[in-house]
Amino acid sequence: MKTLLMIGCSVCLLVCSSTLALAAGTIKIGALFSVTGPPAFLGEPERNTAKMVVDGINRAGGIRGQKVELIAYDTVGDPTKAVQMATRLIKDDHVVAIIGPSTTGETMAVIPVVERAHVPLISCAAGSKITDPVKHYVFKTAQNDGLAVAKIYDYLQRHRQQRVAILTVSDGFGASGREQLKALAPRYGIRLVVDDTYGPKDTDMTSQLTRIRASQAQALIVWGTNPGPAVIARNARQLGFRLPIYMSHGVSSKKFIALAGSAAEGLKLPSGKVIVADALPKKDPQKNALLAFVKGYQHQYRQEGDHFGGHAWDAVMLLKGAIERGGATPAAIRDALERTRNFHGIGGTFNYSAADHAGLTKDAFIMVEVRNRGWVIAN
Amino acid sequence: MDFGTQLLQYLLSGLSTGAIYALIGIGFSIVYHAIGIINFAQGEFVMLGGMVTLFLLQSLHLPLWAAIPLAVLLASLAGLVFERLAIRPLRKAPPLSLVIVTIGGSILIRGLAMVIWGNDTHRLPSFSGDDPITVAGATLLPQHLWIFGITIALIILNKWFFSHTISGKAMRACSYNPRAAGLVGIDVRRMTMFAFMISAAMGALAGIIAAPLTMTSYDVGIMLGLKGFCAAIIGGMSSGLATVVGGLVLGVLESLGAGLISSGYKDAIAFVILLLILLLRPQGLFGRPESERV
Repeated sequence: MKTLLMIGCSVCLLVCSSTLALAAGTIKIGALFSVTGPPAFLGEPERNTAKMVVDGINRAGGIRGQKVELIAYDTVGDPTKAVQMATRLIKDDHVVAIIGPSTTGETMAVIPVVERAHVPLISCAAGSKITDPVKHYVFKTAQNDGLAVAKIYDYLQRHRQQRVAILTVSDGFGASGREQLKALAPRYGIRLVVDDTYGPKDTDMTSQLTRIRASQAQALIVWGTNPGPAVIARNARQLGFRLPIYMSHGVSSKKFIALAGSAAEGLKLPSGKVIVADALPKKDPQKNALLAFVKGYQHQYRQEGDHFGGHAWDAVMLLKGAIERGGATPAAIRDALERTRNFHGIGGTFNYSAADHAGLTKDAFIMVEVRNRGWVIAN
Repeated sequence: MDFGTQLLQYLLSGLSTGAIYALIGIGFSIVYHAIGIINFAQGEFVMLGGMVTLFLLQSLHLPLWAAIPLAVLLASLAGLVFERLAIRPLRKAPPLSLVIVTIGGSILIRGLAMVIWGNDTHRLPSFSGDDPITVAGATLLPQHLWIFGITIALIILNKWFFSHTISGKAMRACSYNPRAAGLVGIDVRRMTMFAFMISAAMGALAGIIAAPLTMTSYDVGIMLGLKGFCAAIIGGMSSGLATVVGGLVLGVLESLGAGLISSGYKDAIAFVILLLILLLRPQGLFGRPESERV
């Protein structure tokens, strides 16, 4: 009995002292990523990157001499779980800011929680409704779909292709893209002559392509995530499709080239700059950050860093900048974040303001082309 | 391009998709005749075909010609295990329970596939290149010819098996009257097992020949399974030509619908046909109410 009591006491002491030691000099940052579950392809690189960046910051002496502690929870892609975890981060872990969640659905669910608790959130999800309208405590790092559309249209305009066919996937990503494609077309003098869709699980799109081929279109824009666009690329090759094909940023990964094979050659798409980091001109302000991220990720995880990891990199680095300038309380971080100007990150150059918590322009994207099973910058 | 060529293109695309549906549909009807239930795990064997072939190619570095038969064999073994573990212990259960068991089995197989191979989409290499072949203005890939060829061969083989071999005839006997078949010395349980193995193998082969065109992932079985079921219903659950025609009709209608009306209705077309047939002609498009079901 006595020994038990002793052990109990010493354990208590140990726990108390260790929390005290931590509390003395650490800045606690919360992270919500769907490391497992359907959006694991987003959450895993995001969690990895956040860890990597925080470790790097701590090795370099922390922020203003204070170490950073990253408390990351897995949301499994479930909005309910995301809300629970966010509450836990705020109430139990007393974090000063949260990065994530990975998906738009989870982010929308978490927003009321952080707004009520006055804790800044930097989401890594892409949906434009996250920051439109602006929420006081909510920022985001992933590029809006509208910017990718603007980038393609800008390119089409310069290449004098005005009659365009669009083929979008009938899910959330495709619906949002279709909306933006239709809304922005008049501004660039573009006429949509075919507006067709395909199902996310469809396995043959030759019918749609045959119809588009028979139309007046001068170019085709395909809006979807793998595997649909790869099937379309292969169908187009089978049909001897001659129109230039543009894809969305949803397929700017090596995976797409692997799926589409030689049919991917010559396709163009707007993409974040990560995949062409090496080929960027030296004067590109993002080049240093991009190379640091790509090399760091390769070194630590033996994999190429991707856009998704980049969103987490930007979120942590934006926080770091804000804490350096303003201090480590939630209110100070929020105010400093909103004053972020010319932050050259992975996703683009961020300029937050009271009216814009997304912070990017269409220059966050670059038009790339598939050549020799790799990416080159399209001119 | 003129309208005629467009139409031909829709037709060719539809026929090749339809051939896949037909093979899956035949798998449904074989099991249906053996124990009188719809095996909703049929789609998962289609998935297993593609995924196991991919696994053999990438992890064991087998050549394609060896990986395909091995994958079909493994899938039919999976069919056997499925029958042993999920169907046989419930021999006395009412058909509805059995059908629900097959749905449970399909979820289990899909889940296992996701745990083992992840949730990425993969592509099998084409059997003989990707250079398009032009037919009167429309285009085909060599893989389409493989699909047509293998489907025709399988249908002939299937017909021969059920009409001219002892095992095939025994299976037919079981489908007419299991009790009588048992009385004349046919091992009914064994025939049920065969039915599961054959249908799994056919499904797997359908999955393999389609995968170079359609890609494969752990969850392709759901939709393909439903479309195959649809084909079998149109064909009145016959394991012969009627189901093949059912599959082809379905494929062509989908393709024409997507091309001429809107691709948004593609899946709707299949399921509207399914409902119409079930409501108006439950014996199938070609069947008489008491047709011979083989």
